[in-house]
Amino acid sequence: MFCCGCLLSDMGSLPSFRYFEPPTLQYALYLLNRYGDSACVLAGGTDLIVQMRDGIKKPRYVVNIKKVQRLNEIRVEENGVVIGALTVVNAIHESSLIKEMFPALNQAAGMLASYQVRNRATIGGNLCNASPAADLAPPLLIYEAKLRIADVSGEEEVPIEHFFLGPGKTVVNPGKILKEIYVPKPKEGTYSIHLKFGARRAMECAIVNVAASITFEDNICKDVKIALGSVAPTPIRAKTAEAEVCGKEVDEEVIEKAAEAAARDSRPISDIRASAEYRRDMVKVFVKRALHSLLTESNMRKG
Amino acid sequence: MKQRIKLFVNGEAYEVYTEPNRTLLDVLREDLELTGTKRGCDSGECGACTVLLNGEPVNSCLILAPEADGQDVVTIEGISRPTLPLHPVQEAFIEKWAIQCGFCTPGIIVSAKALLDRNPNPSEEEIKMTLVGNLCRCTGYVKIVEAVKAAAEKMRRKIS
Repeated sequence: MFCCGCLLSDMGSLPSFRYFEPPTLQYALYLLNRYGDSACVLAGGTDLIVQMRDGIKKPRYVVNIKKVQRLNEIRVEENGVVIGALTVVNAIHESSLIKEMFPALNQAAGMLASYQVRNRATIGGNLCNASPAADLAPPLLIYEAKLRIADVSGEEEVPIEHFFLGPGKTVVNPGKILKEIYVPKPKEGTYSIHLKFGARRAMECAIVNVAASITFEDNICKDVKIALGSVAPTPIRAKTAEAEVCGKEVDEEVIEKAAEAAARDSRPISDIRASAEYRRDMVKVFVKRALHSLLTESNMRKG
Repeated sequence: MKQRIKLFVNGEAYEVYTEPNRTLLDVLREDLELTGTKRGCDSGECGACTVLLNGEPVNSCLILAPEADGQDVVTIEGISRPTLPLHPVQEAFIEKWAIQCGFCTPGIIVSAKALLDRNPNPSEEEIKMTLVGNLCRCTGYVKIVEAVKAAAEKMRRKIS
């Protein structure tokens, strides 16, 4: 489904292209390297097919990477979990490992589009399509995920904070493939949440996405991460908001200050879904709700 | 350049020659003449094109024809097997008057059948959230949700 450009598909036909199904990563990279920006990677197709119909992307070569082995597994690694880039969103939502360790990611996955779309859409595709409203980005930002990207000369690991360059732009240039996402295990005492706000309860591009985590030691916030989606050219961390909370006792006043700071951290535009002012207001509302929720959860657990 | 794809639809094997720039929806409707699956938006938003791919509901308008090679597809035409003449979900939709123009109905029935296969006792909320990807312009969804609940009960009774 197509997000922030809000174009309606006119049911135009798909342009002609040459289609490949490389069975190995090596061959896939060879093709992408050879055809450069005339080629597009096909993962779930839930963004690419729509964009091709709308004439936004016009690849002469389409490289379906779903036949490459082992890119859709979720596995435990040293102190964290590795999620293959081709893992479909439903698999992420239904994973009990992810639900337990990364609740914000579980929640965000469950709110993406529809059940049918989630059976095809992949985490890699959601990140590489790089809509500012990408649902899976804010949780990965608060968990400080590292993205492993392959090209013909090898592999590199990029912290998610440096992954997004602008609307629709990431460090995954032509010739590269996002292979997998490493998500380090949150520290003991960390609570996290993802909230999505849209005009509808489902099947919607977010007006505001908020992911937040707090690591509590007694009542003091030892660590806090707040990430915002849909309110800047890329998904972002709200660092001044984080500074308002970190090291302090989490109470009403601190939460209020943090929520206001988060609104200042955001740089939204006005578009068909909402005005910039409204988005800024909603950042404050939803950051407040998120932090309240984390505080409540932490108090409940302490009994 | 046309390529050959082999796919299994409703239990039967088919061979189709097609350019890659067509979708599974195109193949089902135009090549196999299984017109029960509908074209609503061609962009994965309305769900009128919903089919089961290897058991999972998907928007067939977002799947390129060559991606379906070797795969197992069930369309609305295949839903009533093996419980001929009608699947309990289809029966319930008729009994509850959950159909007006009928355009969304094939997609909704496929989605609902898949839901009940994985969750035999869904709550009303679960039914609604499962069907967010199937738009109905006519009914307002009330009867549809009732029909899914009734179908769930039928299916539970059949098993017990």
